[in-house]
Amino acid sequence: MRILIAGGRVIDPASGVDEVVDLLIEDGRIVRIGKDVRGARSGVRGAEPPEASKGKRSKAAKNAESAINVDRVMDAAGLVVCPGLIDMHVHLRQPGREDKETIATGTLAAARGGFTAVCCMPNTDPVNDTRSVTEFILDTAKREGAVYVYPVGAITKGLRGEELAEIGELFESGCVAVSDDGRPVMNAELMRRAMEYAGMFDLPVISHCEDLHLSGKGVVHEGIVSTELGLCGIPSASEAAMVARDLLLAELTGARLHIAHVSAAESVRLIREAKARGVRVSCEATPHHFALTEEAVRGFNTNAKMNPPLRSESDRRAILAGLCDGTIDVIATDHAPHTIQDKEQEFDVAPFGVIGSETALALTLSTLVASGALPLKQAIAKLTSEPARILKLPKGRIAEGADADLTIFDPDREWTVDAFGFASKSRNTPFHGWELKGGTVATIVAGKVVWEA
Amino acid sequence: MGLARKDLLRMQDLTADEIRLILDTAESMKQVAGRDIKKVPALRGKTLINLFYEASTRTRTSFEIAGKWLSADVINVSTSSSSVAKGESLKDTGLTLQAMHPDIVVLRHPASGAAEFLAKQLAASVINAGDGAHEHPSQALLDLFTIREKKGRLEGLKAAIVGDIAHSRVARSSIHGMRKVGMEVRVAGPRTMLPCFIDRLGVEVFTDLERAIADVDIIMMLRLQLERQQAGLFPSLREYSRLFGLTLPRLKGAKSDVLIMHPGPINRGVEIAPEVADGPYSLILNQVENGVAVRMALLYLLAGAPQAG
Repeated sequence: MRILIAGGRVIDPASGVDEVVDLLIEDGRIVRIGKDVRGARSGVRGAEPPEASKGKRSKAAKNAESAINVDRVMDAAGLVVCPGLIDMHVHLRQPGREDKETIATGTLAAARGGFTAVCCMPNTDPVNDTRSVTEFILDTAKREGAVYVYPVGAITKGLRGEELAEIGELFESGCVAVSDDGRPVMNAELMRRAMEYAGMFDLPVISHCEDLHLSGKGVVHEGIVSTELGLCGIPSASEAAMVARDLLLAELTGARLHIAHVSAAESVRLIREAKARGVRVSCEATPHHFALTEEAVRGFNTNAKMNPPLRSESDRRAILAGLCDGTIDVIATDHAPHTIQDKEQEFDVAPFGVIGSETALALTLSTLVASGALPLKQAIAKLTSEPARILKLPKGRIAEGADADLTIFDPDREWTVDAFGFASKSRNTPFHGWELKGGTVATIVAGKVVWEA
Repeated sequence: MGLARKDLLRMQDLTADEIRLILDTAESMKQVAGRDIKKVPALRGKTLINLFYEASTRTRTSFEIAGKWLSADVINVSTSSSSVAKGESLKDTGLTLQAMHPDIVVLRHPASGAAEFLAKQLAASVINAGDGAHEHPSQALLDLFTIREKKGRLEGLKAAIVGDIAHSRVARSSIHGMRKVGMEVRVAGPRTMLPCFIDRLGVEVFTDLERAIADVDIIMMLRLQLERQQAGLFPSLREYSRLFGLTLPRLKGAKSDVLIMHPGPINRGVEIAPEVADGPYSLILNQVENGVAVRMALLYLLAGAPQAG
């Protein structure tokens, strides 16, 4: 199978490339990158620059077809071609809660959102704290998955925060990081040992930073909205206190720490300072935390209930600033599917979590890039080369010889979010009905088009 | 003329005109209580369901009597367990009740937002009789009614609400209601029980009881939930009542005609001394009495009166 992606604006943050070139894909790899890679124009028609006209087939595409054999030419004129997006934080719910999501539906949702790889968190049932669960996930993903799946193993057995899981075996069987995501490791001594131990394999420890005592029975950010609605609040300090602790432990152990879903201004400040000191820390922010605030909870909207909670406008601005100055390395979704009946409950009772695979790219483009807050190349880096770097994945770049994992998107396409059209099994998004700009056109995994608009 | 809304969920939604309409209607309803035959046919053929997920004596009884005096058929559904423990979701319970075509459902529920949630499921009018720490509008309305009855006006009066503001639905509803009718509102309590940004609701915040009550017309004491001690919000009942209990010596620093209110049930000797609760300025039993009239007004305005255009 030979595919030519012709005339697209290729943006590869890893190499710094941002230009209109063709990509030739063969046998799952990128084999050639360049202007007019088939030589069609040079001899016969002269070297015309490809036209950036959308809607009709560009000259580059027509030229390409006239030359040597390819099975398919994808006309990418006016579109952006970038390394396949990597979502380093999803919940696929399989094994255990297949009514909410499966590896098949979760990866298809990812593909629809432009992701070619996802990292799935271990809070399944059973928990991914042993080789057999990791292998089950990898086998199922190979058979049924639309995109690559990289499992994240548990830090502690059963996520109970009592004893270390067999991190060595989890590493050998294919886990790319360890985390008790959904729960913090409350015992600081155990977290220290986890960092030391994971450090032997140079595995990043992904920390869900939350002091459970400070969170208490909290269900929303502690702020004006919690006060007005009479809901128990989770103070920003619940996250930031744990961020501070884990930064100190990372400094103590020299281990690699990745802080999941940063939501509070205080956390961004602490991480910025730690990075300046040389602590080996990276972190991620979710689209909902940079696109929404606590105001979205009004009306007791359970689709705006997640942990960490949506915070204040000043926190949101701090997240934006952290994304812009590089304090926040990665954009990840924390895609957390829940059934309609689970969410259609009293606010206190409904589970935490929102889905994000199918809106992340468009929210990044609409909220961060279109506003001028973040240059397009930087935004793409946070969805490709940065997660690949942190997890040491051989992904997230466009180069001759590299895996042909590519995302083609239209930065100008306007669309309305319709949760009921999602590939995900679940519908729990706070963005239903939103008008967004920027849509996936095609998602290519190992040279195969796995999703196409 | 009725209220141009299906439900009564929160004081935050009501306009000053709507509040006045409810209070005026309650005045005529109050006359029914003085009659030999306490019954008017305003809600004949209407069905009222009291759906209570929390223990309640006064509120449930008050709504029940209000419904019966208006000739509605009143059904009480009480469960001390939450919908979750019971195994049926609040949504399913709502749909089940809906199938029986009630006209009004009065809901008391431990979760904030439960009334709003149920109102979206039901064609019937929903009256929020207390949802978590969110709102308890009929309580705020009966308090306003009682104040107006005693003082002859509401505008310009000053009230202090004292106690566990953070967990109090009565406090939230009263703050909104009092502000809307032009009263000045103070809140006072231990710092651990004052929610963040409460000042943004337009109230003055105090942690010193004596200063808070110095020149107010109304002191509203809130019930202290004793389990807050385990949660670390106050060290002991002894210290709480020393700092925030309303006693006769403390009252000496207040206005001579100050009125004392409490939504009940009271913890005698904790937030309020017995001699204050039973004293001449106490409106605690007037509040209970007026509760029936105000709830009659609400039932009538939502289900019995001709609707506004």
